[in-house]
Amino acid sequence: MNKRTVVALKVAVWLVCLSPLALLIFNGFRNNLGPDPTATVTHATGFATLRLLVISLAITPLRRLSPRLGWLIRFRRLLGLFAFFYGCLHLLTYLWLYSGFNVAAMIDDIGKRRYIMAGMAAWLLLLPLAATSTNWSIRKLGGKRWQALHRLAYLSAICGVSHYWWIVKTGVRTPITITLLLAVLLLARIAWLARQRVSRQAGVVTAG
Amino acid sequence: MFIKKASDIPYSEITPKNAYLNRRAFMTGAAALGVAGLLEPRAAMAADATKLQTVKSPLSTPGLQLTPIKDITTYNNFYEFGVEKDDPSKNAGKMKTRPWKVTVDGLVKQKKTVTIEELLSFKPIEERVYRHRCVEAWSMVIPWAGYSLSELINWAEPLPKAKYVQFLSLEDFAVMPGLREIDLNWPYSEGLRMDEAMHPLTLLTFGLYGEVLPNQDGAPVRIVVPWKYGFKSAKSIVKIHFTSDQPHTAWNDMAPREYGFYSNVNPNVDHPRWSQKTERRIGASLFEQRQPTLMFNGYGDQVASLYNGMDLKKYF
Repeated sequence: MNKRTVVALKVAVWLVCLSPLALLIFNGFRNNLGPDPTATVTHATGFATLRLLVISLAITPLRRLSPRLGWLIRFRRLLGLFAFFYGCLHLLTYLWLYSGFNVAAMIDDIGKRRYIMAGMAAWLLLLPLAATSTNWSIRKLGGKRWQALHRLAYLSAICGVSHYWWIVKTGVRTPITITLLLAVLLLARIAWLARQRVSRQAGVVTAG
Repeated sequence: MFIKKASDIPYSEITPKNAYLNRRAFMTGAAALGVAGLLEPRAAMAADATKLQTVKSPLSTPGLQLTPIKDITTYNNFYEFGVEKDDPSKNAGKMKTRPWKVTVDGLVKQKKTVTIEELLSFKPIEERVYRHRCVEAWSMVIPWAGYSLSELINWAEPLPKAKYVQFLSLEDFAVMPGLREIDLNWPYSEGLRMDEAMHPLTLLTFGLYGEVLPNQDGAPVRIVVPWKYGFKSAKSIVKIHFTSDQPHTAWNDMAPREYGFYSNVNPNVDHPRWSQKTERRIGASLFEQRQPTLMFNGYGDQVASLYNGMDLKKYF
């Protein structure tokens, strides 16, 4: 893939990733955030976080399908950082629009409610990943350790999906799509690991 | 953005409100045919048919900014028509509200069935502005139209053994996609203790903003219990059933820890998953939505005595 295509694709990914925020700002200025603007902003930022996180987690399994998809790796960091960016905005809606920055109320809330705990955990798990997203960090940590650390993204996504299930009304099944997608990605990773182990063992047997 | 209430005149007497309901259909039709002028008289007739004559009521809550009718009719929880807030306004149009009958049975002197026309002409329709607080922590201010449910209960002649009233909503698979999508114990069932049902604030409701209820708001007849969370106010009622024991109720069947039988608005009793101390006013701007939730939704002076001696944390 030539440099020009990569740049064009990167611009496209930036635009797509910024579109949920752009839409909120555009509608906000037109006083058009719907009957419940707080919920509109909360849902938009929450959905963007989860979707981008799951899309970023799809990169590795997709690349394994074919060597021709290797270039996808160039977009993983961008997607992951955008997921974190929307996660921060989502957290801000909670701190500001829901709690009015009332620390005592927040502490009370976090202690009592598992969906907030799960959401906080999801955000906290992304924090070290965002902090170590530079090439310098990869070199400093070493590829293996960096990779191990960045598997936290799966844990964060699981926390994020749990957060979603725990806030919808009992009996409501809207989080099912994103849950299934994440499950497929997790299973793909497990299947890959299992296959590698089998082939490694097979290798040992032939050698002996 | 709020509409300010300009005067004390009931809504039905001021504006021949060009039915918000029919406006979209009318515009589409007009655009499609390019004969807006021809269609206008028909639209006006439809608007008149949806109007209700209302009288003022001392039980109306004064001094509140009304939630715009657009929000009241597009932001709904009516799970028979889907989970999303805009599902009911999209899907409820297929429900037929004429003819409509309500059966009154159980512990009554005699089982009776009344038509919606009989109910509408039974007593003068009052305009009552009430706060409306959803268990999901959002709220509205709605000018309802109806009369006290006690009028109907007195007419129904319940037996002294009757201690509770159960309300059953329409269950029609042909027009209600939510019945298949959502695992509630259908048909939607709600209930009140007899003294709650007899309280003058409990409204047998036929309209809002001076017009008949839009389908998505529970047409043609619903109850409104302003000091309780919104889900207690059953919509599109087909049966009123008097019992000696506490009736089962739909959300309580689903999650008894989250939705109590009483479900009085109470800022001191949190929902297990979120705080009830504050609420978001629908229709307000982003940074003006948040406001404190009032005990019994601000109707404590009238209704607190119903719960004397009761532990409201236990009977939430």
